[in-house]
Amino acid sequence: MVENKYPTEPLKCWNKAKILRENYYKDFAEAHEKGGLRWAGGAWSFDAIPAGLGDDVYSLTGEPYGATVAFNDKLALECQEATEAKGFARDLCSYMRNYWGSILINKYAWPQFSEEFPKPDFIWQDHICCSHAKWYQVASDLEGGIPMFSIDVSVGPYEKRTEHKINYIVGQMHDGINWLEKVTGRDYDDELLIQAVKNEFRSCHYWSAICELNKAIPAPLDEKSMYSLYVLGTLRKSAQWAADFYEKELYPEVKDRVERGIAAIGNERCRIMTDTQPPWAFLRIFRYLEQFGCVSVGSLYTFGLIGLWEVKEDGTWGPKSIPDIEITNRDEALRALTDWNLSKPEWQHFYHPKLKSDMMIRIAKEWKLDGVFLHYNRGCEGLSLGIAENRLAIQKAGIPTMPFEGNMGDEREFDLARTMKRVDAFMESLGLDKLKQ
Amino acid sequence: MITAGIDCGSKNTKVVLMKEGNILSTASVLSGFDQEESAEQALNSALEKAGIKRDEVKHITATGAGMEAIKFSNDTITTITADARGTYLLFPSTRTIIDIGAEEGLVVKIDDQGKVKDFGINEKCAAGAGAFIEAMSRALEVDIETMGELSLKSTKKIPMNAQCTIFAESEVVSLIHQKTLKEDIIRAVHDAIADRNTSMVRQIGIEKDVALIGGVANNIGFVDAMNKNLGFDLLVPKDRIAPEYVSALGAALIAQEKSGG
Repeated sequence: MVENKYPTEPLKCWNKAKILRENYYKDFAEAHEKGGLRWAGGAWSFDAIPAGLGDDVYSLTGEPYGATVAFNDKLALECQEATEAKGFARDLCSYMRNYWGSILINKYAWPQFSEEFPKPDFIWQDHICCSHAKWYQVASDLEGGIPMFSIDVSVGPYEKRTEHKINYIVGQMHDGINWLEKVTGRDYDDELLIQAVKNEFRSCHYWSAICELNKAIPAPLDEKSMYSLYVLGTLRKSAQWAADFYEKELYPEVKDRVERGIAAIGNERCRIMTDTQPPWAFLRIFRYLEQFGCVSVGSLYTFGLIGLWEVKEDGTWGPKSIPDIEITNRDEALRALTDWNLSKPEWQHFYHPKLKSDMMIRIAKEWKLDGVFLHYNRGCEGLSLGIAENRLAIQKAGIPTMPFEGNMGDEREFDLARTMKRVDAFMESLGLDKLKQ
Repeated sequence: MITAGIDCGSKNTKVVLMKEGNILSTASVLSGFDQEESAEQALNSALEKAGIKRDEVKHITATGAGMEAIKFSNDTITTITADARGTYLLFPSTRTIIDIGAEEGLVVKIDDQGKVKDFGINEKCAAGAGAFIEAMSRALEVDIETMGELSLKSTKKIPMNAQCTIFAESEVVSLIHQKTLKEDIIRAVHDAIADRNTSMVRQIGIEKDVALIGGVANNIGFVDAMNKNLGFDLLVPKDRIAPEYVSALGAALIAQEKSGG
């Protein structure tokens, strides 16, 4: 029996996070009963904008929904088979296939709130990855023609932004607000928009601040737990409840854990990070790592999907500062929102793998990692783009890597036993045996 | 002190018995449905060859795809580490190891101490492994043992387009119908599998010397195809031990260390 090296304890706000997530799916399902509106779109959509339609407007973001389906292996298979039977190719985005399947079989992943898949009133999307706009074009068709608006945000890396690129996006946003008023018949409230933008700043800033705390040894959070926490930002980053949770509950608690030396795993002796989305049906792989005393402290994905970062004065990565500006009107709000979102780390590597490699190497060094797991994720072409190049760059920086193949949303393409053997070999190469239980 | 290394592969289970760094005997049996039973048979066969009693074996280390099934082993070690140790003993100048077994191909990079630096595995497709050659030998009605020799007689290079065992088999059948010489078809088969594996090696990066181990390394036609692809000659175990036993050798070496031998 090996005694724990560090004290550990459960997160106090864990249940609150679970309740917030459940409420989100409940609110969407029951929106019409309360006289409210439903909209669907991606986790990266500018959700602060529909917030201007009123406090009773609820969203369903596709990627977290696809991951929720993936976690439920029986439902996922049902969804995937229905999608394939409809003639869609198996190598498409697996979140997208899970989402379409849910429409096709008319089952909601939260049956306690709705047996049937709740149809949105409109679709509000943006477009950066190869699947985004097509995803909802098909969803709209399958649901009988839901009105859809998509904003093209693919204007290049943040460091190369220019005024005309910002104008290109802001112009689409203004058009989008006119469109929202038209399809919903509601008047738009700029004050609600400004409040939502400020909430989004807080959510993104504090999530990064929480991830930054994981630089500590022992790490106060492990990535498997972080998945249940970062998700709130992917559901509705502009919501007051999400921003408040990160700023007022999770951040202070994690900070306190660091100060008291509370570890996510008590036997931490090896620190790694992963890369892109995990195979959601097999998160137990993270528990397997713990048998070696190995903790995954996060990834560019968990840090940068919602979290925004900047280089601080001492040259290290820290949470992007909340803009110190006064927002007085719609245009100012949209400009601030655009600039904020264009700096998203997970958007940068759509433009060049080097941008991702640089960020990953920075994380590996600043978070003091022993290795990096790379998921050749067949379920997401967008975020898997360039992983082979990332691997070479990370290795060149002297950091060991372990690639594995799988699929975030389609368990048929992930081999747990072989991946565990691969982990065994990687741990052996790091000189680590399994700890005695 | 006598130790045993058992490599429970997807097709064959191999055993190496060692004493103070010397190989005493080797044995191999087909890995049946009951992998532990196969390991028992292989071990008994190796003991018989060496004239040793079972209780003289102080430590058994298992490796390979079925290693967890061998409950009578003292411990297990992954194929990657076993390959590294076994190959480094045979060829200390090795920095890259290519192991092509029946169902799996893998590449291991090691440092000048024999420590694993990096590895890559092709585990999802039989077209880069021995099963591919076996399937083609059935389609061609040629003994697998004679395929290597026959392919070296070929004077014509035929590209094989299919990257999948199933489609490649149908391509071979088409070539048979076109009255293509068997040696040319076999060479095409070897070239195809060599292309697959060369690609895997290049992904990890080639650092000389490069050793080729695993059962497929017995096929001189495949070795020739790999040599041509890479542009230099691979180190292939021959004198001290056959290439398919290198993983078991590595496991036996680790067993020596663990038992203090």
